[in-house]
Amino acid sequence: MSGFARARVAFTVLAAQLQDRPERLLVTIGAIALGIALSVSVTLVNASAADEFGRASRALTGSADLVIDGGRGGFDEALYPSVARRPEVTVASPVLETELALAAGGTLMVLGVDPFLAGRLEPAIYGDLASHFTGLLGARAIVLSAAAATTLNVGRGGTLRVRLGREERLLEVIDVLPSSAYPRPLGVMDLGSAQWTLLRLGRLSRLELRLAPGVDPARFGASLALPAGALIARGTDLEGRGASLRRAYYANLDMLALVALLTGGFLVFATQALSTLRRRAQFALLRALGVTRAEVTLAVVLEGALVGLAGGILGTALGWVIAREALARFGGDLGAGYAAGPGTPLAAPATTLVAFVALGVLVSALSSWLPARRVAALAPARALKGGDPEFALATSSGGRRGAGLLIAGGAIAFAPPLGGLPLAGYLSIALLLFGAVLLVPSFARLVLAHLPTRVGPIGRLALAQLQGTVAESAVSLAAIVVSFSLMVSMAIMVHSFRDSFERWLGGVLPADVYLRVAPGSDTVLLSDADGRDIAAIPGVERAELRRVLPVLLAPDRPAVALIARRLDAVSVDRLPLLERASATPADLPAVYVSEAVHDLYRVGIGSRLTLPVGGQGRAVVVAGIWRDYARSSGTILIEQGTYRAWSHDVASTDAALWLKSGASAALVGAELTRRLKLGASLELIETSDLKARSLTAFDRAFTITYLLEAIAVAIGLAGVGFAFASTALARRAEFGVLRHLGCSARQLKRLLAGEGALVGALGALYGLLVGGLLSLVLVYVVNRQSFHWSLDFVVPVGQLLLVALALVLAAATTARLAARGVLGTSAVRAAREDW
Amino acid sequence: MTAVLSVRGLTRRFTPDRPPVLEGLSFALQAGEYVAIMGESGVGKSTLLNLIAGLDRPEEGSIELDGRELTRLDDDALTLERRRSMGFVFQAFHVLPYLSVARNVALPLELLGWPAAEREARVNAMLAEVGLADSAARLPRELSGGELQRVAIARALAHRPRLLLADEPTGNLDPGTAAQVLRLLKTQVAAQGGAGILITHSRAAAATADRAFMLDGHSLTPLAVAG
Repeated sequence: MSGFARARVAFTVLAAQLQDRPERLLVTIGAIALGIALSVSVTLVNASAADEFGRASRALTGSADLVIDGGRGGFDEALYPSVARRPEVTVASPVLETELALAAGGTLMVLGVDPFLAGRLEPAIYGDLASHFTGLLGARAIVLSAAAATTLNVGRGGTLRVRLGREERLLEVIDVLPSSAYPRPLGVMDLGSAQWTLLRLGRLSRLELRLAPGVDPARFGASLALPAGALIARGTDLEGRGASLRRAYYANLDMLALVALLTGGFLVFATQALSTLRRRAQFALLRALGVTRAEVTLAVVLEGALVGLAGGILGTALGWVIAREALARFGGDLGAGYAAGPGTPLAAPATTLVAFVALGVLVSALSSWLPARRVAALAPARALKGGDPEFALATSSGGRRGAGLLIAGGAIAFAPPLGGLPLAGYLSIALLLFGAVLLVPSFARLVLAHLPTRVGPIGRLALAQLQGTVAESAVSLAAIVVSFSLMVSMAIMVHSFRDSFERWLGGVLPADVYLRVAPGSDTVLLSDADGRDIAAIPGVERAELRRVLPVLLAPDRPAVALIARRLDAVSVDRLPLLERASATPADLPAVYVSEAVHDLYRVGIGSRLTLPVGGQGRAVVVAGIWRDYARSSGTILIEQGTYRAWSHDVASTDAALWLKSGASAALVGAELTRRLKLGASLELIETSDLKARSLTAFDRAFTITYLLEAIAVAIGLAGVGFAFASTALARRAEFGVLRHLGCSARQLKRLLAGEGALVGALGALYGLLVGGLLSLVLVYVVNRQSFHWSLDFVVPVGQLLLVALALVLAAATTARLAARGVLGTSAVRAAREDW
Repeated sequence: MTAVLSVRGLTRRFTPDRPPVLEGLSFALQAGEYVAIMGESGVGKSTLLNLIAGLDRPEEGSIELDGRELTRLDDDALTLERRRSMGFVFQAFHVLPYLSVARNVALPLELLGWPAAEREARVNAMLAEVGLADSAARLPRELSGGELQRVAIARALAHRPRLLLADEPTGNLDPGTAAQVLRLLKTQVAAQGGAGILITHSRAAAATADRAFMLDGHSLTPLAVAG
């Protein structure tokens, strides 16, 4: 008989035992399924959003070899003929990109293109436009993508009411593109019509180029003399810009899914470890019958793999359903504002789904392999007598390994980001977590040895039981420590973020009322005269106008927000500055950059920057670094006077209003609406409402975090319940003896509840310590490298203590409930059975 | 002389369509008396012990311990009776593996709320009685089978129970060790002034008791094996 055949026989013997207790099997499969389902759903939502964004980016510029990109500010169209005439260029397609304000509120991205040229580069989207050539030449003709037509509820032959300054105009929808052409809302106009109608005469946003065969794009790009603000970019650069905005958000969601998966994995490990421990006599019997150690190990691993397969399939299917529902209801960003809204189609590649099923098998098989190896190594004679095997967690080398992992995890946290992601931070968290888990037995022994013993006979018994079974308790503690410490770390990070955000809001919103016109649009701005009108409104003491415009500083990064505003000494003092120059060169204007600009463009105090303003590169010096939670892609503050002198642009996008004492914000708002005549494009909001709305948006973005945290802790508690139920079954004879000695059933329940509470308290205490450690990495490494803003470290002490108390109570209740089946009269008789 | 244990007309039937395991069984034990009960498998020896210990309820009959009727007590009161007045020795020892030898012996005293000093003195005395004075701090896994059973005997008698119930206490021991344990049981029951019942299959074990009986379900027939 071959080794594998013997392992198969061993497996059938072990499997028969599992069938005998199907509830154990179901709990284990359920734990794996839940962990996998969370990971699958987050990954699929992320992949679907990325897929939609990627398709959109590729559809717009996908087949261009090179793009001369001027961002939304654009460049003079005089560049177009000079580039198009170059022999290396076979096609040069000029594009004007504009965020068009809609009369009903909101904006629509509109591209002005030459349909013939654009159709040669991106036939999927523009191919059909050439057939509408005559219609598209109309100054007000526009073609909508299917998504835009659906969102705006307008079809072919309909009209679209848009706002250009104070005027409303009607555009004629001459056609709707098929939904396969472009997945997001988009309008397409003829380039000349767009320049004329949208008041952008002589401007282009980009030139998309196809080069002759053999021409090196990099060398050709370097040979071009470009105006300030125009950059050479590749299609992948444009795709990467949007991705970098979402990436950090999804990386954090992935982290949470990983929490659930890890917790599920530890639950499986705990289950398999305890199950293996209890069946050590059966393993020993198999060994005595001639099954080798390797065959016993193989049989247990096979059993674990099959359990993992069932959990993996179930979890993957469940994750697929959750992802589909989440995308349909909340969109690709789960409501956080990083991607398009609800309706993002689900992208679920078969390879991803299969990979997750395989992950379930791997986690479960690995969780089985560790305890199986320990039991298989045990001398059969000892195991047949019900010896006392120690598990990997309880070995003496476990403590040293744990300490080593903690040191390695701490050291690696100082590594820089990789590819813009805090991968070292995540690795640090994983190492710290595994190190902490290996130290669970040492921690448990240390705490249990120092607990007071004046707690009555039942309390002392509970304490003695845990002191005597640290190895087993450590296994069930691991699941709770993993889930609770990760929950604690996330709670500290989110609380630190919220606390910092709230205080930041208080600092950056000093005025009484804020006014914005068609946020994000290029077609509605406040003029200088509007500014004077606003200041003259009764009740307004002072109005401060600001111009916010996107500027491109690097081809592969999203635009930085350049904010031209008053920057006198008082205003600068009010900024949430983290660093400030003691003196700056008198010959250069000073700018104040956000932490994101500092991180992404590697500039510090005293660094010189060249900003594309008014068609020229303008040198400025960094005089301060400030905290900006509003934009993770970067913000630069420049004195309004300097900006206006350079650009001759006196328009503004928003204004802060200080009201006279006793003035009514509502009356001022009504007067503003009457005078500015901007309809739905005018947004007015009082500071208190703005703060409340911002905090609500913050909380909404983190709702998913709380949900995933709760699920992780529930899995951890399920682990405790399962461990107690299993242990209680194994301890039936012990309970029987205690009943013979005069312990009442009530006292036994108290004993189990006490043990559960002690395990819960140990898990909570250790989880708080480990979670605190992990939160340092989250706050100072992961968050900083993901979003490029710093946080003040604030611990929600009350909240954490409450959750810890809830955990202790839940563990006590779970332990008591889990053991209720073995405390009856039948258990009393168990004392007459062998151990 | 007042009987420590008085059993009258005890009947226990597990299924209505089969004959009762015990039917109308009566016997009494006086203070200081140590008896052995033998019988074939399934004759009702363990059922009898469960009924006396209050772990099972008879259909008919009464069980009095020092004049207190046990069959009318609720579970809490029976638990209290076991805690105060009974001691148990099992075939499989059932010494709690995570407690030291001393803590195992002290357990009944802790449950009865003895002060620490008295408890310690009594535990030391009992360990000396069973020959384990030097093993107080050891853990059960460090002991042999005979030593484990001596710990169990010390635990069963530490609180001076009126009635000791020993169910096959030497079933897992070699003959030499078994003989030592049986001698210890007899001398300890005599020293405590209570009564003891030894359930056994072994005639040699039964011979160590003051009297021996054969259980046949209806009655206890005296056997001429006791020494």
